Amino acid sequence: MPSQQALFKVLLVEDEPADAHLVRLSFEEGRVMIDLHEVRDGVEALEYLRRQPPFTQAERPDLILLDLNMPRMNGQEFLREIKADEALKSIPVVVLTTSEAETDIQSSYHLGAAGFIVKPVDINDFIEQVQQLEHYWFKLVKRPEK
Amino acid sequence: MSKPCCILLVEDDPADAHLTRMAFEEGHVRVNLEHVENGEEALAYLQGEGPYAGKDTPDLVLLDLNMPRMDGREFLREVKKLDHLRAIPVVVLTTSDAESDIYASYDQGAAGFVVKPVSIDDFIHQIRKLEDYWFELVRRPV
Repeated sequence: MPSQQALFKVLLVEDEPADAHLVRLSFEEGRVMIDLHEVRDGVEALEYLRRQPPFTQAERPDLILLDLNMPRMNGQEFLREIKADEALKSIPVVVLTTSEAETDIQSSYHLGAAGFIVKPVDINDFIEQVQQLEHYWFKLVKRPEK
Repeated sequence: MSKPCCILLVEDDPADAHLTRMAFEEGHVRVNLEHVENGEEALAYLQGEGPYAGKDTPDLVLLDLNMPRMDGREFLREVKKLDHLRAIPVVVLTTSDAESDIYASYDQGAAGFVVKPVSIDDFIHQIRKLEDYWFELVRRPV
């Protein structure tokens, strides 16, 4: 791996440790070097993005992957908060969930999501999905530098 | 056969619009590409006004930035204010790679910012990857 390769920062907001583990594994199979940070719900995600304790050293992510069903602050509430925050609203947020409910899809885009991915059951399918995701966000499109 | 995906291309340059149409013809998704020439026409299209009555709601909007009458920045600001239209994903497709354009586009709710390459082969490849993401990977609002 060339060390000068760009390292992309992804913040994963996911309350289920097994699911978070699967996402990490899938990124490790990908071709892009990803610096993956995990938080467990929307409250922690906002603390992370606002560099509140214990996240005072946190770096701004290039992309946020967001589960919908989480305790304390769910994905929709988080989307509403971040898209109302002038300092944070330019960070793209992609929903990553097991829900296929049309109402969840509609409301996520309405609240400013830049994608809605339904997690497959099969790990190999999931790895392929993560590679498509990487290709779009880290090769095809330009993102804000800071 | 299922309905083709509908894309609204907002582009004032006929040569660029032609190239985009060609690239989609080389793609692997059946696309109904609708074309308007500026932000004003795009808003009229999305609201089914005048000649656009009965047109399909697009699954995706591809938006140039520099256009007369209403440019891409203004269109994005307007469309994201409209409650019944704001869920439609908008991807900027432009020759600009100015950091200020990139930041402002995401800030206004763009779901991607694609800088058009010079080579047609590279452009066809880009369009395929765009199709992979929007028409294979992610679910979109119905």
